[in-house]
Amino acid sequence: MILSLLILIPIVGAIVIAFVPRDQDNMIKWLAVGITALALLVSLPLYFNFQDGVSGYQFEEIRPWIPALNIGYHVGIDGLSLFLVLLTTFLTLISVISSWTAITDGLKEYMIFMLLLEAAVIGVFVSLDLFLYYLFWEASLIPMALLIGKWGGARRIYAAVKFIIYTMAGSTLMLVAALVLYVNAGTSDLPTLVSTLNLSQNLQIILFFAFALAFSVKVPLFPLHTWLPTAHTEAPTAGSIMLAGVLLKMGTYSYLRFAIPLFPDAVAYWSPMLVTLAIIGILYGALVALVQDDVKKLVAYSSVAHMGFIVLGTFSGGQQGMSGAVLQMVNHGLSTGMLFFLVGVLYEQRHTRLFSEYGGIWVKVPIFGTYFLLAVFSSVGLPGLNGFVGEFVILLGTFSVNPIAAALGTFGIVLAAWYLLTATRKVMMGPFNEANRNLKDMNMREAGIAFALILFCFIIGLFPNLLFDKINPATAQLAETISATTLIAGQ
Amino acid sequence: MSQLIWLTIALPILGLLINGLFGRRIGNRVVSIIAPLMVLLAFLVGVGALFDVMGHEGEAVTVHLWTWATIGDFNVPINLQVDPLSVTMVLVVTGVGFLIHVYATAYMVHSDDHGHDHDDRDFSRFFTFLNLFIASMLVLVLGDNFLMMYVGWELVGVSSYLLIGYWFDRPSEEQTPIDLGPNTEPVKLQPLLSPSASGMKAFIVNRIGDVGFALGVFLIWSTFGTLQFNEVFAEAVHVSETMPNVIPWIAALLFVGAIGKSAQIPLYVWLPDAMAGPTPVSALIHAATMVTAGVYMIVRSNIFYSLAPEVSMGVAIIGMATAFFAATIALVQVDLKRVLAYSTVSQLGYMFAAVGVGAYTAGMFHLITHAFFKALLFLGAGSVMHALHDVIDIRRMGGLKDKMKITWITFWIGGLALAGFPLMSGFFSKDEILANVFAVSPVLWFFGILTAGMTAFYTFRAIFIAFHGKPRDLHLYEHAHESRPPITFALIVLAVLAIFGGVLGLPVFLELPNFLDGWLEPVLYALPHAAEEHHMAFGTELTLMITSAVVAVSGIFLAYFFYMLQPSIPQNLARSTRPLFALLAHKYWIDELYDTLIVQPGLKLSRAFADGLDKVVIDETFIDGTARLFGRFGGMLSKLQNGYTGSYALATFIGVIIMISYFFLR
Repeated sequence: MILSLLILIPIVGAIVIAFVPRDQDNMIKWLAVGITALALLVSLPLYFNFQDGVSGYQFEEIRPWIPALNIGYHVGIDGLSLFLVLLTTFLTLISVISSWTAITDGLKEYMIFMLLLEAAVIGVFVSLDLFLYYLFWEASLIPMALLIGKWGGARRIYAAVKFIIYTMAGSTLMLVAALVLYVNAGTSDLPTLVSTLNLSQNLQIILFFAFALAFSVKVPLFPLHTWLPTAHTEAPTAGSIMLAGVLLKMGTYSYLRFAIPLFPDAVAYWSPMLVTLAIIGILYGALVALVQDDVKKLVAYSSVAHMGFIVLGTFSGGQQGMSGAVLQMVNHGLSTGMLFFLVGVLYEQRHTRLFSEYGGIWVKVPIFGTYFLLAVFSSVGLPGLNGFVGEFVILLGTFSVNPIAAALGTFGIVLAAWYLLTATRKVMMGPFNEANRNLKDMNMREAGIAFALILFCFIIGLFPNLLFDKINPATAQLAETISATTLIAGQ
Repeated sequence: MSQLIWLTIALPILGLLINGLFGRRIGNRVVSIIAPLMVLLAFLVGVGALFDVMGHEGEAVTVHLWTWATIGDFNVPINLQVDPLSVTMVLVVTGVGFLIHVYATAYMVHSDDHGHDHDDRDFSRFFTFLNLFIASMLVLVLGDNFLMMYVGWELVGVSSYLLIGYWFDRPSEEQTPIDLGPNTEPVKLQPLLSPSASGMKAFIVNRIGDVGFALGVFLIWSTFGTLQFNEVFAEAVHVSETMPNVIPWIAALLFVGAIGKSAQIPLYVWLPDAMAGPTPVSALIHAATMVTAGVYMIVRSNIFYSLAPEVSMGVAIIGMATAFFAATIALVQVDLKRVLAYSTVSQLGYMFAAVGVGAYTAGMFHLITHAFFKALLFLGAGSVMHALHDVIDIRRMGGLKDKMKITWITFWIGGLALAGFPLMSGFFSKDEILANVFAVSPVLWFFGILTAGMTAFYTFRAIFIAFHGKPRDLHLYEHAHESRPPITFALIVLAVLAIFGGVLGLPVFLELPNFLDGWLEPVLYALPHAAEEHHMAFGTELTLMITSAVVAVSGIFLAYFFYMLQPSIPQNLARSTRPLFALLAHKYWIDELYDTLIVQPGLKLSRAFADGLDKVVIDETFIDGTARLFGRFGGMLSKLQNGYTGSYALATFIGVIIMISYFFLR
């Protein structure tokens, strides 16, 4: 029941907020906090009651939905999705709190969309039926596009339209491919499809492409990434946190959940291509980030690079890479979410995100400075913090299969240090820029958010087995699927 | 005590948490007690562990803390390993570290022109970072596997970054050109990088080396299936027989990391700029401890290097080349800290020459003595800076010996040790290295002895200019004064160690006891078919030792002749060899070369990608272009939307036919 509750709580909450008079700002805010906090609370048993060392789905629910067409309401989680659900409930609460003073206009609709977004994203991560999944996948676009289009920056309409058209266009082929599967097997139930499908390798290759295209746009994988910087620069802070934190993971998660188990024979065919694009993304994203003059755009391009690591791990062919990829999805959500949040703290006061407007502000805002540094360290993969674990394990796993790819990926961490430390230097160091003389340090609310985020970064960095123990059974099974098919293909 | 070794890491972490979280509330005096106290306690735990290890004859004790990560057959525990090598490093790091913490409690207090003392603006932040460094360095040396070594390796890098850039809002500084006498164009000097830029440079250059290190670690895992030292080293001989190429690759990749961290050619460029950090940082991180991590790594993985003689020879050659090259630059530097920085690069080169020719104990010996005398010299330089309101240009010093006796005498002691003056600690360790190098390659030895001569010369050049002769800047001289007790205390203790540190490794050929030889034996792997150790004749060894001594004394005397007896010589010499002099003064233009060949092209490529490929080609042309195309196409198609249901039905019908036929025909 928990998973259905997690989808329902935000939807019901959104309906409740819809009945609150629009001038009751405080009530709306507290309601939104209460609802998202409740969702977070309800999601916690997923972690504590999750059975370690068991593969297969847990917290499953199966109900008839459209019995005539044999389409069911089937939800459940395993090691691949557990932490993404938790990440979503956590980051939504963070996003709501971070919007406390940033959003003044249309607060009611804003919170409604935020809650609907949460419901849709959780739906994506827990759906085990292709059509249910597709429904949530498309549904998540609408609140996000509206968040960008109504509460965004100057070119918000362009960014919102681009976001929605690009991702929708990307997923049309996926719908066609899903239909093909459905027609073939007479069901859209994922576990059934995985165990019964027996498609020719050529068809698998075609269908894999159709799915992967949708996912790659979402990730985004080079060269399908240009909607992301636009969306991020225009989105409000909380929109960016949600977009980078959880929406992008829908893409990388779906490779593991759908593309690989449904079309195992196609993995060997497409892996070289995807690994190549991932590597290009890692290096290219980093280089482009290096010369941005807008802090948020820099973080956006850093996402392209970081998501490249996740794709690299996913298709590196080994269990280490896959577990690393799942962990890195959580890591990227936390550290990039934190970076976007921190940029938002500055933006709220100065209404600019240009590097040239800052400089030397560490003197003025020591608490902010400390958190900013920690977020940067988490993002450059410094040991002790979360990012290191994911990157190290992904590269280690990649190395034993493809040393060249691992070497290029490892070189990406030099570039990451280059652009992120350059950003740190431009914002926080050097002579104090007098334009910031009225800058105030973080208040309790802001510091509390930053503390919560960095706390998890440390926990993951020091005790990654708290996550790996739950992730591993799922990735072990996937890795086995792939190696079994490559063995057959090789014969 | 060995079981409590985790305390050596936990105590500095406790210190950094207290000072980092509550530093402003508890006040600077409490901060300046907590930070050194934590390191002192860690040192005491280290001493306890030392007696433990001595008690059971060097056998390693492993302390399991928790399991870090497990994925399939990848499994890494967080274990600490107490053995002669790690205990030695723990004692050097916490011992010298404690003295430098004490020193810093006085150094980070600045006095103004009226003689009032002011704590540095971010006093507690400084000690937070300094404790962080100690903890990181101990992770590096205490871990029992390559992952923890890599973790420590990265963490010391970030501590170094934070401390170099500690005065993050200071700008870059112009340097006064070098005057070559009347009617001659002075030699202009490059401006000094700002602390924030220097910190960044250090971190990034180090990370370039770290790529090699990381790949080495990956290769170890994919070869051995584990990262644990004892398991890997036990299998190494077997692996080198079955896969002869792998071990040399591992050795070479790990060494790339050492090139970065320990500032060897071609990645040494960050270390001189690291001098932008506060002087205690230069002494602790950029002289005594962190930069020696590469040497520690090679000694720890000695079996790899013994099994890869070609790579080891490469290590020795790079080491000696660095030693020589950096010494030539040090000859003409006018910034006291930079003289010492290039000297550090050069001395690290000696250490790599030693471990490269298989003289692991000699390398460790020099690591230890160098930690003492180089920390002493840096702290002495800091004491001078403190007295002169942060002036570090030796051209503005002179005659300081009368104003600051303790600093002067201890600086002399450090200088004598660095120069390899007979019976000082540096004499024994350097001599052991040179003798070992001679046994393998007299050519390398020749460069080594030349370097020794230059070392003696540049060290005493600085000493004579700064402390002797007449004051060059009277105003500065008038205000100069001896530093406060925490500073002189550290100087005196280190001076004693710099004199007597040599007893750890007295020359065997004189039938004196060499403690380190026996002490480190348990961590050095003997190869089954190893060639007989190089045993040289007594006469050869003695001749080499006497040569070293003569060269050191001559170097010192030459400096005395140049800068005390005939002060016109250096300027005339510089004028007559101007191109060479300018080349050295500009550090061979290596920074400019890297900037032109790597940094600027990198930025240009970035711009081309950002403004060209990304914006114009991918986004505007392909993506938005496709959208426009569809827009136009849609315009045409809209004519089809004529509102007649019949035509819609037709279109749907055609679509369905296509889909169905696809399924039947495929």
